[in-house]
Parts: sequence; C-alpha cells; structure tokens
Amino acid sequence: MPSQEEIYAALCQRHGKALQDKLQKAKVAIAGLGGLGSNIAIGLARIGVGQLHLVDFDRVDLTNLNRQHYFIHHLGQYKTEALKKQIGKINPYIRVSTDCLKITASNVATLFSDADIICEAFDVPENKAMLVNTVLEQLPDKLLVSGNGMAGYGRSNLIQTKAIMSKFYLCGDNISSNEAQPLMAPRVAICAGHEANMVAELIIEHLGKEAEK
Amino acid sequence: MIQAKINGQIVDFAEKTTIQQFLQARNHKTDRVAVELNGQIVPKSTYEQQEIKAEDTLEIVSFVGGG
Repeated sequence: MPSQEEIYAALCQRHGKALQDKLQKAKVAIAGLGGLGSNIAIGLARIGVGQLHLVDFDRVDLTNLNRQHYFIHHLGQYKTEALKKQIGKINPYIRVSTDCLKITASNVATLFSDADIICEAFDVPENKAMLVNTVLEQLPDKLLVSGNGMAGYGRSNLIQTKAIMSKFYLCGDNISSNEAQPLMAPRVAICAGHEANMVAELIIEHLGKEAEK
Repeated sequence: MIQAKINGQIVDFAEKTTIQQFLQARNHKTDRVAVELNGQIVPKSTYEQQEIKAEDTLEIVSFVGGG
C-alpha cells in the first residue's frame, strides 16, 4: 500500500502542489449515490479531494449496473459502504464519512452544515427540487451543484453547466428520462463529469480565493 | 401589462400576478421547481403571496427525472 506521502507526491506531480493543497482541504458532500453521485465521488476521489461525505439510503441493485459505479460483488450492499470501499482502493487517505438515510427538508441543514460544496445527485425531480430549495433557503453560504437531465444516448454536447445563481450551478440538458430515452452509463457519466468538474473549478478558484482573503 | 425577465426572456404579465399563478399558467409543478427572484431564492411558502413586479428578473429551474 502506498503511504499517504507517496500518494500526495504523485497527485502533486500530476496537478502541482498549489492546486493539490486546495483539493486536499476541500469538503464535498454528495446527496444521492446513483448514476450521478457514484461517478462524481469516484472523479473527486481520483483528484484527491480531501473529505467526501456520501449520503444515500439505498442498496446496490443489479439494474443499477448499467450506469452506476458499482460491481457485482456490491449487490445488496448499501451504496454508502460500497462506494466508500471503492474510494479506499483509489486513495485510502481520503476522509470519507457516510450517512445511510433518506434526505428530507428537515435534515438537510444538519447533514450538510460541514460541507464547502454540496452535489445534488438524486433521481426523482421532487427530491432534487426539495434539496436545492432547502439548501438555498437554509444554507445560503454553501456552493451547490445540481444535475438535471442526462437521459438517453448521443447529443453529448447538449449537456451543459450553467450558473443559475451566484452559488448554484446546474448541469444537464433539462430533459427528463423516459422509455425512449432511458438512463445509460455514457450520458449519465457526461453529466456526472460536468458536476464533478464544476466542483473542481469551485474548489480551485472559488474556495481558493475565499481562503486567500 | 408589465414586463419582467424570465429565464433571460422579456415576458408580459398582468399586474399582481403571483409566482404561484405564473407557475401554474406555464404548467410548472411547484414541487419540481426552484425560483430565483432578483438573485434571491423564493421560499416555496411565499409563492402564493409574492407578486411579480415590473422589471423583476426571475429564474425558474424546473427539475426533471434521472440521475
């Protein structure tokens, strides 16, 4: 097993020390660990984001494997635990905290009070709206990145990231999944990539500036 | 009539239109949206009281399924 210093040195070799130190200091929460959240978490783990808070109530199902970052041996396990184990195999020194529960308007403020950045990665539109509204109302200082519309295949370039409010970013094509446009790994991963990439930008450029003040 | 900017487009309104009325007229489900008025999130509990005024800037995010 590589030591913490060896992994840090390897990440610094790739990203540069100044940038890596910002990534290592960041605390990112991911709400929902399906196609979006599992892929966001893996992306952020690979670049060495220091603290990840994973929240989901569900277990890994065989029908998840068409797009979610889990393996056959995870079937039946809680997504929080299955994802935490995977992150440990990429970078065991990332501090991963988990909450295996349903997120509701009444627990959002408590669950996410520690995070610098919150990623909304739910599936159901009412849940997405609940989380976004609750964060913007109750945690106005947080940076929030949300996924909205990533179903089907092709049309890669219709998935976009937009700044909606000063601390709220929306990624996707704003078109719902349906029978003709089901959720599939490649396009869901594009949207997850948009979310993770927005998080990286916010950590490096926004949190970095806050810290320099 | 008054004019306000909704998601970047100038839209004509009857005076005293509330956010709730506007969302319903556009077939938005209120439990699937987030609404920003002049840079501030509008709490859902105020949709029925909050009137859209001339020159307001609204952003309406309508969430869809998939994740």
